Amino acid sequence: MSAEQIRQVILGILSRIAPDEDLSNLKDAVPFREQMELDSMDFLDIVMELRKMYRVQIPEEDYGNLGTMASTVSYLTPLLKDATPV
Amino acid sequence: MVPADKYNERVVITGVGLTAPVGDSLPEYRANLLAGKSGVSNFETRYIGQVLAGICHFDALKYQKRKEVRRGTRSGSIAVYCANEAVADSRLDWATVEKPRVGVYLGITEHGNVETENEIFEISKFGYDTSVWSHHHNPRTVANSPAGEVTLSLGITGPHLTIGAACAAGNAGFIQAVQMLRLGEVDLALAGGVSESIHTFGIFASFKSQNALASHSDPTKACRPFDVTRNGIVVAEGGAVCTLERLPDALARGAKIYGEIVGYAMNSDATDFVLPDRNRQAECMQLALKRAGMTANDIDLVSSHATATEQGDIEESLALHEIFKDNPRVAINNTKSFIGHAMGAAGALELLGNIPAFDDGIAHATINLDELDSRVPLTQVVANQPRQMDAVNCILNNSFGMLGINSVLIVKKYQPD
Repeated sequence: MSAEQIRQVILGILSRIAPDEDLSNLKDAVPFREQMELDSMDFLDIVMELRKMYRVQIPEEDYGNLGTMASTVSYLTPLLKDATPV
Repeated sequence: MVPADKYNERVVITGVGLTAPVGDSLPEYRANLLAGKSGVSNFETRYIGQVLAGICHFDALKYQKRKEVRRGTRSGSIAVYCANEAVADSRLDWATVEKPRVGVYLGITEHGNVETENEIFEISKFGYDTSVWSHHHNPRTVANSPAGEVTLSLGITGPHLTIGAACAAGNAGFIQAVQMLRLGEVDLALAGGVSESIHTFGIFASFKSQNALASHSDPTKACRPFDVTRNGIVVAEGGAVCTLERLPDALARGAKIYGEIVGYAMNSDATDFVLPDRNRQAECMQLALKRAGMTANDIDLVSSHATATEQGDIEESLALHEIFKDNPRVAINNTKSFIGHAMGAAGALELLGNIPAFDDGIAHATINLDELDSRVPLTQVVANQPRQMDAVNCILNNSFGMLGINSVLIVKKYQPD
């Protein structure tokens, strides 16, 4: 997947786990938690959704890479380079 | 036995919130009970396919965000809806209510089956890889979950718990609340019962294996308590929560008083896992009457528990006959015939559907009662059409469950001294 495709996948996950949020103006460089209600259980939902959708295992020590959209896409790009969007 | 005068602290119902397969408010529910409208319909369930069920249609988003609905459970959504409706109905000024002095006591038949089945189904799609088992599973399945969701919704910081009491749980929720109010542990209780049971295939499969699951070509005729052609239980979801207060508090704020809980009892059969015991049921009713300082002749209306099973209906009818054989004017009805068996909510919903009788004097019917089973020795059953009574001043509500758990609640029309 391309970086843009990964971004769309993350947006889709966020829309499911935070269905009350308006994500249309989400800023890629700003932490998710500063732009939306996202607690630790929600954050684990992001990890779980990626595991289910792409079988990607994200170790706990790497969770810090999932703070912003930009850092998330950057972190996932090599892991999902051979994946196709689902 | 504690003497009746020990229970001199009077507790009253001051607000009602409910969702049932035939109504999401007390007026709507009552109107449909009086109109003889069934809430049973076809329902698709996992693995089994089409079953019959009582399905609720309340708007969960009235009091929850979509995220809260997603994170919580169906029973939690039911509880949150009912609790908020009860608070609104009570006209309490919620902003000024002392939240540490509020308790939440909700009866449940079971909790966690729905969520566990969902997770097992989910991991089955991943070759039973447990790494995709949800981190939400534990908070969703802890036994206090639906009551806890109520505290989160309403900012209640007093005690909360569910009361696991099989199908006696609706009454048990009220009883726990009465006790806590009398002990002074809380000043306001949100009490009743909830059930999400139609969302677990296991309850249908288990009743079917027990030859106790109702079937009928017309869903509205499937639940037939006391009828000779009854063939089992219709499972329903639902919830009913009341605000309960000590009488002086209710009077001080000019609250509407739906009724006063004047007697209760719980006991155990200690005889069988599933088969009921008429003797213990009769003893339970007798104990509730004694605590209320009443006799069977003081009761105007009996809300029966009968689930339309072969033995359950017979046992309860024999127990009712023993207690009420000398009270020919009492009306005995059955709400499950309309909505099915709402499990943990059943006792609470069945009581509340009858509470308006204090005002209109009508005993709602037991529908689908075309031919009374000849083994049911009751002449007082209200069959198919509502009965206008001279007056309804006292209701006795039966609620019994598996493992031989019995609960009886007696509610009296409030009459100022």
